[in-house]
Amino acid sequence: MKQVTNDPVVQEKKTLGFWIYLMTDCVLFAGLFATFAVLHTSTFGGPSGAKLFDLPFVLVETMILLTSSFTIGLAILGGARGFKKQTLVWLIVTFALGAAFLTLELTEFSHLVADGNGWDRSAFLSSFFTLVGTHGLHITIGLLWLLVMIVRLWKFNFRQTDLNRLALFGLFWHFLDIVWIFIFSIVYLIGGLS
Amino acid sequence: MRLKIEARDSSTRYISYVVGFVLSVIATVLAYLVVVNHVWPMATLVYVILGIAVIQLITQVVFFLHIGRGSHWKAITFAFSILIVLIIVIGTIWIMNNLNYSMMRMTPDQMQLYMKQNEGI
Repeated sequence: MKQVTNDPVVQEKKTLGFWIYLMTDCVLFAGLFATFAVLHTSTFGGPSGAKLFDLPFVLVETMILLTSSFTIGLAILGGARGFKKQTLVWLIVTFALGAAFLTLELTEFSHLVADGNGWDRSAFLSSFFTLVGTHGLHITIGLLWLLVMIVRLWKFNFRQTDLNRLALFGLFWHFLDIVWIFIFSIVYLIGGLS
Repeated sequence: MRLKIEARDSSTRYISYVVGFVLSVIATVLAYLVVVNHVWPMATLVYVILGIAVIQLITQVVFFLHIGRGSHWKAITFAFSILIVLIIVIGTIWIMNNLNYSMMRMTPDQMQLYMKQNEGI
């Protein structure tokens, strides 16, 4: 039988391990940001960011993700205090906000592709889709993880193991929000200037 | 023992999340308004936006990720990865601009045209 340990010292080590994974993910995004920074002027005669980006739309996306980063924090705090109903509600709110964000992002992508500005249009758009798409992929995986977590917490009545996992998910979700701040600032705001 | 730790954490953390959230919203809206209204010339705006992004990074790292609490290894690995990120990003931009300059002696626009006419993709 698999022994499940809830020793705080062991949990601290697990958290550090997960944290180191997040830091390597950080390096992955650094590579994609560097690629975008080099290629963002290479539009190959196609439209530049200033023509393509709809800033109010992206601001709404940003606010949604930021709010979901806040609600996951509330869910984790509720879980640690033993407020089960409250935790589940905040987790569902977080899931809804994350799903809304993903829907908006996919809407933006499909509009770009439909207008002939897909990833095959120019080096600029290739790097744009790779960077923003990789973030979107992380969000998608995060949503799946969150869904499994909601079901487990509800079904197994808040085991300590699941609460520990929830804390790790919180780190993951905050990390994705921080990456998005830089996508919002560098890709959309600065990219939309030129 | 564990109960004591949790009680101390949760009382401070609620406030920390609210403060982090409010500061992040202010920073995001500020960056957006500065760009939409073209408050400064473009060259200045780039640095202002990057500055606001870094402030927001620090805000979220402190108020959401709680670096500095618990194991100090978290802070050390974070500082190390920031170093790597800066080397990758600044190094790449530096080298690529330098290559453009040394190889072509053209403005980026001229080079775009040159590549379009002579290389094609």
